[in-house]
Amino acid sequence: MSSAESRQPIAAGFWGDTGKTGIGSWIFSTDHKRIGLLYLYSVTGFFLVGVILGLLIRLELMAPGKTIVDAPTYNALFTVHGVVMIFLFIIPGIPASFGNLVMPIQIGARDVAFPRLNLFSWWLYAIGAVVVLTSLFTGGGAPDTGWTFYVPFSARTGTNVSLAVFGVFILGFSSILTGVNFVTTIHRLRAEGMSWGRLPLFTWSLYATAWVQILATPIIAITLVLVIAERVLGAGLFDPGRGGDPIMFQHLFWIYSHPAVYIMILPAMGVISDIIPVFSRKPIFGYKMIAASSIGIAAAGSLVWGHHMYTSGMSDTAIMVFSFLTFIVAIPSAIKVFNWVSTLYKGSISLEAPMLFALSFVLLFSIGGLSGLILGAAATDIHVHDTHFVVGHFHYVMFGGTGFAFFAAAHYWLPKFFGRRYKEKPAIVGWALMFVGFNILYWTMQVLGMHGMPRRYYDYLPEFAPLNFVATVGSWILAVGLIVMLVNLVKGLKSGEPIGENPWGGATLEWQIATPPPTENFEEDPVVTRGPYDFKGVVKP
Amino acid sequence: MSHESAEHAEHIVSYKTLVSVWAALLVLTVITVAITRAELGALKVWAALAVASVKSALVIAVFMHMKYEARLFRIILLVALVTLAIFIGFTFFDVLYR
Repeated sequence: MSSAESRQPIAAGFWGDTGKTGIGSWIFSTDHKRIGLLYLYSVTGFFLVGVILGLLIRLELMAPGKTIVDAPTYNALFTVHGVVMIFLFIIPGIPASFGNLVMPIQIGARDVAFPRLNLFSWWLYAIGAVVVLTSLFTGGGAPDTGWTFYVPFSARTGTNVSLAVFGVFILGFSSILTGVNFVTTIHRLRAEGMSWGRLPLFTWSLYATAWVQILATPIIAITLVLVIAERVLGAGLFDPGRGGDPIMFQHLFWIYSHPAVYIMILPAMGVISDIIPVFSRKPIFGYKMIAASSIGIAAAGSLVWGHHMYTSGMSDTAIMVFSFLTFIVAIPSAIKVFNWVSTLYKGSISLEAPMLFALSFVLLFSIGGLSGLILGAAATDIHVHDTHFVVGHFHYVMFGGTGFAFFAAAHYWLPKFFGRRYKEKPAIVGWALMFVGFNILYWTMQVLGMHGMPRRYYDYLPEFAPLNFVATVGSWILAVGLIVMLVNLVKGLKSGEPIGENPWGGATLEWQIATPPPTENFEEDPVVTRGPYDFKGVVKP
Repeated sequence: MSHESAEHAEHIVSYKTLVSVWAALLVLTVITVAITRAELGALKVWAALAVASVKSALVIAVFMHMKYEARLFRIILLVALVTLAIFIGFTFFDVLYR
């Protein structure tokens, strides 16, 4: 392949076969692949915004006292970092981008069940994002409540909380519509022979996620409306002076926001379940248990929200019930981890970029999951509640888990849709830097938390200074790794080596069609005769 | 499936049924108001919730035609309602024992 030829813009498949070009062919397209890419670009953009805010937080905490910003700005920084990362990146992250790109092809469908609704949900996402961003620069300024919007502070602060929560309200509807679309698609549009027992595990995880999106998201929507009612109408719903109950807000908030962490992690687990067998050249170990544990996590995970509230003044009975249920969720999560490791056993493992990200997911998620048990146990939680231990814990699960799975998915699936691939060496360098920086940053945070460093504090005691400095240096290494990885990925997808249909030797349907896939995915409706991890006769080029 | 649901969509509920459901809803509303004035203690919430559940069941079954829909739709609606009931129920582990 000459270099001039390899630099030609991609025009094959869905990039050119409709003959339509220009921005209108994207923002008004009902093709699931174009909508998936729209989501991908949007969530990646917001991820980078969140990263910059995160780096600024770390820079401020590098030394005690004022380092770069004043205290109110610091409060706004961690609030906006949380809101952007949670609601604009990680919740829509994998399901809306890679779910849209890959799921319909994996089940042998030409598109999702409601293509126009799919486009509408992206538009709702875009509108919600604009409203959230507007709230930062108008009214009383960026919200300073933390991403959890706890009352009574959120009901009283002069910052622009009402507009921000209204933006999140709109984003919620985008998430619900994606959920409805995916459940319907997976029920109704599976190709002939694509039985439930042949669904790729990524699709299974999206199915479980979609149910959580449908059932839990309306509750955050209502809760945020109640906060607006409290602020604008003075409803007194959460004000004990007027018969309200501030703890009720925490219940309502976490009834959604705890299941929401499963909206974030389940699709990530699906990505890992699809990547590990391909790079081990072995059928997945315990297919049925992995699929069932996705549903188990979705169901049990919806009933553990109270573990965020052990120090809130909630009743002791509730603390015991929620603590017990929290330990139950560890079971299906551990089933997955054991099955991934068993899949690796005696496999023919190749350590390419997607696999490296997937394997680091398994390690980092396990560390995050186990530190979660320390928080889930009522007694130990009291010691580390609202400290940096919590911050370290959820970054291990959310960034080390979902974030690394997002990058694994990008390295695994994006070449298929762009028709070109990235260079392997820089990808591995980027991964290695990120992995090292990540652990320096968040492991240190967990240690700091154990020693009593509170979260969300602008200043701290001198004894915490050395470790805070170390954590900040870790954040720089992480950022450098991220830049190396992204530059290599974008360059590769734009002008890298062209790839064939099945560069990794995958057995699922997305690897059996042309690269890049045509607009309606399949020339003729496929008939499925084998399982998703049956590698017999599938050769890795 | 689509043929089946098209048939269901054509189902017409008689005026008699609609009016009697409406009357039942009015009676239940009166009961709700009465409950707020009665001395029932902790039972007050349960009584109010019970009446509200009956009312919403009537609206969903008759006014929203769920009674005449295919089984899949009824199951899916049930899943949503049971989930909501569990969410509300679990908050009482806190509220009742505080």
